[in-house]
Amino acid sequence: MEKITAQEHLVIIGNGIAGVTLAQRVRQQSDCRITMVSAESRLHFSRTALMYVYMGHMRFQDIVPYADWYWQEQKIELVHDYVKRVETSDKKLVLREGPHLHYDKLVLATGSSAAYYDWPGQTLKGVQGLVSLQDLELMEANTAGIQQAVIVGGGLIGVEMAEMLRSRGITVTMLIRDKLYWHNVLPQEEAQLVTDHIQQHGIELLLQEELQEVLADASGRARAIRTRSGKEIPCQFVGITTGVKPNIEFLKGAGLDIDRGILVNEIFETSQPDVYALSDCAQFRNPAPGQPMMEQLWYTGRLHAEALASTLLGDRTPYQRGPWFNSAKFFDIEYQTYGTVPAQFTEQHESLYWQNAEATKAIRLLYDKGTEKLLGINLLGVRYRHDLCHHWLQQGYTLHEVIQELPAVNFDPEFFQRYEEELMRQYYTRFPDRQPPMKNSTWWELRKRFGLFSDSISC
Amino acid sequence: MQTATITNTTVTSPATSQNVLKMAGLLVISIGLLGILVAAVGANYISPVLTGLGGTIVFTIGALLYIWQSRRYKSTAEQNHGLWQQDATSRGASAWVIGFVLTGFYVLLYWFPDTLQGLIKATEPLSQWLRNRPSDQWFLYGTFYTLAILIMGVYALLKYRNSRYHIIRTISVMFFQLGFAFLLPGLLLMLNQPEYYFSYFWPLKYDYLFPGTVDYLVRDGAALGVFMVFWGAVFSFLATPVLTYFYGKRWYCSWVCGCGGLAETAGDPYRHLSDKSRKAWRWEVAIIYPILGFVILTTLFLWINSWSEGRLLGDLSGGFASTYGFFIGAMFSGVVGVGFYPLMGNRVWCRFGCPMAAYLGLLQKHFSRFRISTNGGQCISCGNCSTYCEMGIDVRWYAQQGEPIIRASCVGCGICAHVCPRGVLKLENGPQEGRYAGSPLIKRDELRILS
Repeated sequence: MEKITAQEHLVIIGNGIAGVTLAQRVRQQSDCRITMVSAESRLHFSRTALMYVYMGHMRFQDIVPYADWYWQEQKIELVHDYVKRVETSDKKLVLREGPHLHYDKLVLATGSSAAYYDWPGQTLKGVQGLVSLQDLELMEANTAGIQQAVIVGGGLIGVEMAEMLRSRGITVTMLIRDKLYWHNVLPQEEAQLVTDHIQQHGIELLLQEELQEVLADASGRARAIRTRSGKEIPCQFVGITTGVKPNIEFLKGAGLDIDRGILVNEIFETSQPDVYALSDCAQFRNPAPGQPMMEQLWYTGRLHAEALASTLLGDRTPYQRGPWFNSAKFFDIEYQTYGTVPAQFTEQHESLYWQNAEATKAIRLLYDKGTEKLLGINLLGVRYRHDLCHHWLQQGYTLHEVIQELPAVNFDPEFFQRYEEELMRQYYTRFPDRQPPMKNSTWWELRKRFGLFSDSISC
Repeated sequence: MQTATITNTTVTSPATSQNVLKMAGLLVISIGLLGILVAAVGANYISPVLTGLGGTIVFTIGALLYIWQSRRYKSTAEQNHGLWQQDATSRGASAWVIGFVLTGFYVLLYWFPDTLQGLIKATEPLSQWLRNRPSDQWFLYGTFYTLAILIMGVYALLKYRNSRYHIIRTISVMFFQLGFAFLLPGLLLMLNQPEYYFSYFWPLKYDYLFPGTVDYLVRDGAALGVFMVFWGAVFSFLATPVLTYFYGKRWYCSWVCGCGGLAETAGDPYRHLSDKSRKAWRWEVAIIYPILGFVILTTLFLWINSWSEGRLLGDLSGGFASTYGFFIGAMFSGVVGVGFYPLMGNRVWCRFGCPMAAYLGLLQKHFSRFRISTNGGQCISCGNCSTYCEMGIDVRWYAQQGEPIIRASCVGCGICAHVCPRGVLKLENGPQEGRYAGSPLIKRDELRILS
């Protein structure tokens, strides 16, 4: 893989976290021409923060992480236009408004949009998903002055939408396919805790229930939905949050191999030379064992882009996602996860689990029964240090080794009550023959001992 | 398919009584305000003590009722709902009215205190009881100021009730304002001692180390006066660097200082209005350090003048001192600093004008263990941290690159860590070695915002 030269033109379609990270990382080590094309918005914004604009915590300009001066100084050209088609034979993009754009290397970071499953009435006014800036504008219009809303799907966008609607005093009913909210990801206890919390916020949850059809009023607007079990729920807004699908319609005829997403190898190469795809719109041909074919998260978008940037800069870097992590927030309760905690446990899984009496905080340390190796950590209402959790998982710590360093991992603000002792008590009760360490190491000691910081000093 | 339905039973029932009580609170607030207005303009017709002091008490009761009703039933994540959509907190018409009224009040207070006679008379009994001497405009101002911190302190306690850091910090600023900046100075006057604020130091209280003040304290206060001079000097030159080394600037700016106390309580609804642009940061640096230099020069000139008995500098140092007093002490810290809360945010003075903040900031940046750590690669660039930073720091800039935030202006209020929806930020004190090092889990730009 040759490093991209200063004369070459790198064009990125999409200015989400993947496209932007790629442009930044390439610019750091190359003087090539970089152009980012987006039909959604001229400037990159934080997609995950759209909800805060609706709720009035921020304005749109507040969720824009880099002002105009940044792009000018970085010499990254921004084109606010829609790509009608890609002509790979001539290496050019045909835009809706502006002139054709020639590329030497093309990166597709086009993201995704709400997935619909052919429900009758799904195109009625008032039925929508929430992924793009345009979705947010539509939601403002669709929810103006309404009383009741139904959300289909019990995932992260679903609960965000519920929180948004509640902030305007709209009654919300959520249809959830599982027995509990997000139970396809969260184990029983965590799912129960979050489910209870969502209900305490006034959301009605219809569990083990799915959408049958959306019913229209005389003007062609949604007036109610009918569930699989035949229940009719009046509503003027239907939020579709049953997952996302890649934005690839405009690529038909571009000669790219496409399945659900644009098929790529481990260095994000598509079937066309000099065309790459990453993040939400890409699908791995041969994912590593146990890894998904598609990754559609903020964090994976960034990780994909960091890997592809290295490759474009001449250092062939196959994508390895490393120990997993993710985070979210369910109304008042923050969620962090490190490593792998499956929703269903097998014989091999054993865990230390603690939750407080009010059921607003929980910690789970999951480990392998045989090897006692740490597998993953789930946290609700408690913050842990990513750097240290990553180190434990990367180094294959056993539970015993983790317990020795547990007091250093807490990241809650000063004066907050600490709960690590509860877990340590559980641990030493379960393994009475083991001894606690003479002295607890602080975070600063561990950080130094394991070199858990970068050397770069900037700003 | 089986359907499990769970209806909610816990919410929405208190909504009506809540609204009624909120309205009642507003009604009581209005009655209180009318009373205060009558005291201000109608002191010749009806006792201003009855209408003014009574009105203030009624206003306090109404305000507490309203605050309780509007904050208690909102969960902690809901506290900032609608802030950028409501007129009063998004530079709408009512924000301008509040800004003009506050600014006008400061103009009257500083330059036309006679116009406030009615209100000054209203606080007469309180002044006699506390200080055993007649009320004046500064006692009126101190009373209102303290009351604002106490009432809005309750607001802050409710708004941030799930965070022990904010609960303790808020109680701290309420305590220092009431005890050290209101009761104790009054008590000293009652005991015929010099009026002294033990919670303000040079260079914020610039004249505390002026030769005139030192001379007066030592002469009038005798042993206690000597202690006051000693206390002031120790805090300015010894305690401040030591405490800032261990805890950062926050030990003062968001825990003790009265200006900070008002900003963190009464100013809290306006914290998101601070300008986060690079241009604003340039202005900040261009204004605040020259002001610190000006205070230092003025103090030096005054001492040189005093030692040389006026032979060396003549009237120059006096001119310096009165210029500073007018432009910085009165215009900037009072009129602009508080009057512009609803328009430019609650820390305009602290960010652009306060020499103490500049001094603490230099110490914090270069000689301190304090930093705000970023949690690995967890940042989602949402911008809540930057938006709610009252000092206008673009916190997100650092967080999204996995870098610690080490900025001279940071007052350590801790709201960035509070509003972060992903638990990415933590205020902490750690070794200076590796203080600037970021997380290894994220790649970053080497780009500086200010070069």
